[in-house]
Amino acid sequence: MATSDDEEPKLPAHLELQRTRVVCAADAPSYTESVQYSGAYMAYGVDNSLRLEDFRKNHRVDIVSLNEEDIEFDIVGIDAAIANAFRRILIAEVPTMAIEKVYIANNTSVIQDEVLAHRLGLLPIKADPRLFDYKSEEENANEKNTIVFKLDVVCTRKGERIMNGSVKSDQMKWLPEGSEMPFHTKSKFTSYGSTQENLAGISSEGITIMYPDIIVAKLRPGQAIELEGHATKGIGKTHAKWSPVATARYRMLPEVNLMEEIQGKLAEELVQKCPVGVFDIEDVGSVKKAKVARPRNCTLCRECVRGDGWDKRVQLSRVKNHFIFTIESTGALRPEILFTEAIKILNEKCQRILTEISF
Amino acid sequence: MDGGMGAPPPEPVTYLCGDCGADNTLKPGDVIQCRECGYRILYKKRTRRIVQFEAR
Repeated sequence: MATSDDEEPKLPAHLELQRTRVVCAADAPSYTESVQYSGAYMAYGVDNSLRLEDFRKNHRVDIVSLNEEDIEFDIVGIDAAIANAFRRILIAEVPTMAIEKVYIANNTSVIQDEVLAHRLGLLPIKADPRLFDYKSEEENANEKNTIVFKLDVVCTRKGERIMNGSVKSDQMKWLPEGSEMPFHTKSKFTSYGSTQENLAGISSEGITIMYPDIIVAKLRPGQAIELEGHATKGIGKTHAKWSPVATARYRMLPEVNLMEEIQGKLAEELVQKCPVGVFDIEDVGSVKKAKVARPRNCTLCRECVRGDGWDKRVQLSRVKNHFIFTIESTGALRPEILFTEAIKILNEKCQRILTEISF
Repeated sequence: MDGGMGAPPPEPVTYLCGDCGADNTLKPGDVIQCRECGYRILYKKRTRRIVQFEAR
């Protein structure tokens, strides 16, 4: 459809609102769908097709906060489907390393072998999964696909003190040379060609459990645990222990509009209504006037549109193409790296479809 | 290592006292009694054979 540049036809305001916002009334949200069809607004002479140059112009990523574990960023100009794809890939398809096989030589503690093994599997391992290969069930364990940890603790009484009363995750010792089990045999559970310490990309501190103070088991004097945990690469789809995120989530940007001037008593009531402090009072001369101060805090609890006539005064909506993304890493990779890995995985999926559909 | 199924020289086996928890090494024919506290119930130790588990 041809449109002239200097006089681009505009959608009427109510349709533009339906296209770009989810309006959250007191009872239910409306206009939740995104309009995909290129000719949806043809009657108004508006082209609704998705164009690369428009995307380039409108797309934006702003990092709000970032540290070792968490990232919050705004991603603007994408559809909810894409944002959701990133979320799902982060949770279920970005790989990490996690203990998969546990070889128990001795466990006289009260915690059962299988429960202990399960707990070990959930420990987050501080190792870059990109340095390792996936290991199939038939394949032998080698230095490229398996990380071996040893746990050997005996609880003893020293006078009044009990040593090793609780087994912490920092007692899991990394074995860069591979497994030491089974004892007294030539063939071990792993066949390492070289030590993992020399592997490119392994940090000088070696491979450890991400957090040193996770309680693995509790012992009484005389009890002991001796085992090996063999960690392999995997994805969250197979088992949640491989998920690289504590959680990955997004929400659409909230937008709060005051439909009329709210003054005096009503303004104070409005400030009182909001539990997260979205509204402030502005003193204009002698009148107190309500204003929207922190719309980002809005959780869409809709308290402000409840009650007599309030839905006429306040309009809550969400911006359809603006997502506030939060990623909490479990530690193997930094959160911003996790997101770029998710992008790579989505890209690979797209490439795969392209080869499928091209002849 | 300590499998020792029917080995010709009878190996001494270590037991745990049911009362005080002390280690007791007994040979066949020995009196079943703890050397530390005299308790008459002894328990066999867990095998050292390695068992494999899936961490799931």
